Amino acid sequence: MLRRVPLEDTAILCALCLVLLGGLAILGWGVLVPYVLHGWLIALAAGWGILWMVNRLADAPAQVPQAYSDKVIRFGVVAALIWGIIGFAVGDILAWQLAIPALNGDMAWTNFGRLRPVHTSGVIFGFGGNALIATSFYVVQRTSRARLASETLPWLVFWGYNLFLVLAASGYPLGITQSKEYAEPEWYADLLLLVVWLGYLALYLKTLARRAEPHIYVANWYYLAFIVVIAMLHTVNNLSVPVSIAYPKSYSLFAGTQDAMTQWWYGHNAVGFLLTAGFLGMLYYFLPKAVNRPVYSYRMSIVGFWGITFLYLWAGSHHLHYTALPDWVQYLGMTMSIILLVPSWASVFNGILTINGAWDKVRTDPAVRFMMVAVLFYGLATFEGSFMAIRPVNSLSHYTDWTVGHVHAGALGWVAFVTFGAMYKMVPWVWQREGVYSLKLEAWHFWLALSGTLIYVGAMWNSGITQSLMWQTYDADGAFLYSFLDSVVEMHPYYAARAVGGLLYLIGGCIGAYNIWMTVSGPRKTKTLQVGPIPRQPAE
Amino acid sequence: MSTQHQKLERNSIGFALAILLMASIGGIVEIAPLFTIENTVEEVEGMRPYTPLELAGRDIYVREGCYACHSQMIRTLRSDVERYGHYSLAAESMYDHPFQWGSKRTGPDLARIGGKYSDAWHVAHLEAPRELVEGSVMPGYAFLSDTRLATGHLPAALKALSRAGVPYTEAQIENAEKDAVWQADFEQTYESELQESYGAKVQVRDFDGQPGRLTEMDALVAYLQMLGTLAELDTLDPEESSR
Repeated sequence: MLRRVPLEDTAILCALCLVLLGGLAILGWGVLVPYVLHGWLIALAAGWGILWMVNRLADAPAQVPQAYSDKVIRFGVVAALIWGIIGFAVGDILAWQLAIPALNGDMAWTNFGRLRPVHTSGVIFGFGGNALIATSFYVVQRTSRARLASETLPWLVFWGYNLFLVLAASGYPLGITQSKEYAEPEWYADLLLLVVWLGYLALYLKTLARRAEPHIYVANWYYLAFIVVIAMLHTVNNLSVPVSIAYPKSYSLFAGTQDAMTQWWYGHNAVGFLLTAGFLGMLYYFLPKAVNRPVYSYRMSIVGFWGITFLYLWAGSHHLHYTALPDWVQYLGMTMSIILLVPSWASVFNGILTINGAWDKVRTDPAVRFMMVAVLFYGLATFEGSFMAIRPVNSLSHYTDWTVGHVHAGALGWVAFVTFGAMYKMVPWVWQREGVYSLKLEAWHFWLALSGTLIYVGAMWNSGITQSLMWQTYDADGAFLYSFLDSVVEMHPYYAARAVGGLLYLIGGCIGAYNIWMTVSGPRKTKTLQVGPIPRQPAE
Repeated sequence: MSTQHQKLERNSIGFALAILLMASIGGIVEIAPLFTIENTVEEVEGMRPYTPLELAGRDIYVREGCYACHSQMIRTLRSDVERYGHYSLAAESMYDHPFQWGSKRTGPDLARIGGKYSDAWHVAHLEAPRELVEGSVMPGYAFLSDTRLATGHLPAALKALSRAGVPYTEAQIENAEKDAVWQADFEQTYESELQESYGAKVQVRDFDGQPGRLTEMDALVAYLQMLGTLAELDTLDPEESSR
């Protein structure tokens, strides 16, 4: 019996067919083994997706359950944890390689340069991205009191996104990269991500359109900004001319100065909209929930939100101080970076003051402790970021480990802390468990992660400033006192300390994953979770 | 403000468009003029597109992630200029798709590394860095000397670059493969042809110390040896190029 195929399913099938054709073209015309393998992977995934869609359409339309769709969220949590462990582990391997260079193995695929993007993509897009997709699906349903607006799109977004991650992470060690930091995947993976991302945007907007609440809750503003702005950044920064369908290689459309500015406009706002806006969305839902208090100030949420959305995009040029980028762009970027502190700290105060009245929970609930410390690190990292954007400070900090320390204060201390805090809350909710398996292990995770972060950041502050001072120290005759190599040798103890800090963080992450695994494999909550109207959200 | 905003909060499409509008302003103001303001890239003599062999070397530099530890951007700071040479000009990366300015100096800047060391030094250093520089933390790249350089894609690569705006001639695109082999020819038979096509500064010789074998090491060393050597810095008018 034939029935009308809904527009949405037609669009999805068309998109899947396009991806399939792309995959077939790559595996057919490709001449390099890793690239052909990627073609197979894309074609198989798309082919499987088409069969799955056709199968669904052939069957009688299933009743859409009157409940939130949480299964895809569970997959997202697991994927985030797997990518997190991979990303942390590779990061720590890289740290040890800098402390003990023989660990590079001097083979193509094990060298620092090829492994580094596996770490950065693994943690930013694998761990962070999956955590954002999973929590955004959770939050948008609860705050809208509506089920996700599609039965198929959430799965295609999840699997498509993770296919992109596999293409990225397997491509780097095999030499497939376009070298733009945090945007290394080549053109075909970028196109795939674009298709997936448009699906994500459509799904999010459609779910919001279904909402039973008249107002869109503040957490969704941030998730929406994350989705919309990343789509824009990804598209513009990855404009490139592929060599041909036979090769993974492409050349960026812009050159030199313009390319540099576009890249750091992208790079800084991958931080701004993935690592900041997205995770602020997470914070604005899970922190009030965890402490059972409303968001402190609605006005401050508005100021913080629009300030960040407007100002962040101006700040990228502070990555290019004293370079061949025209000075007017450098000064403009510096100015906006300093102003950016205002909305950033508005969010910090809004977060901290939300805990006001429930400070006992910081002591008794490690998840709240994770989130509180996350807000503090967010405050520290945003202050540090504005500070480092000031030109004379930047003349000291740029090109040194200080930048690396700064990024990790944000990534380890803010992004991962708020993620773990939210996960420890959300996992029992979506799997319908009484609570986390072990609060004691959760506390262990917290303290290991905190000490790891502090060791890491402390080591990098020291090494960064040491490096920079050694590069700029002259003797009485006006000659350099130190050779470059002197500064490299001087780094050794700091690099070793950093690797130890990273190891503590990795161990903490493994304990966290074990704890969540035990929570999931534990007994179900005796009373099934009630679905239906949930209490009106705070902050209105 | 709150009442206006409350209206916006009721409209998801409107909210998404408002985000897109607010977020696009910064990029439009800071990036778009870089394509239109003429002195963004100053005029200096000597810049030319990469030869096919240099381009292949550059692609290897990108593939191995060298930019993760080496910058190619000498800033206008005294300590940069005195250590690495004349500050980098925008014009010097005008044919760089993508740019390789880098963001970290775990190793030294390479913007003007060309000609500072011999080919043999580069080969030995890339193969086993700590044999030459005790205390270095650089990985070894001995496999480059054992890997034949792939040249089949070079015409298509030059074509792609010309689509992105690099002024390669039809002849250069057509001869890309041959030119790459010729540039690393130890007998330097075709030096004059290459210099006619790409300019007098093209360096033609066997770079990797393995005459008769075209390896990835040839390409990478050819690239390193031309870095920062093209621009005629004395033709630069500081007044004109001040931005």
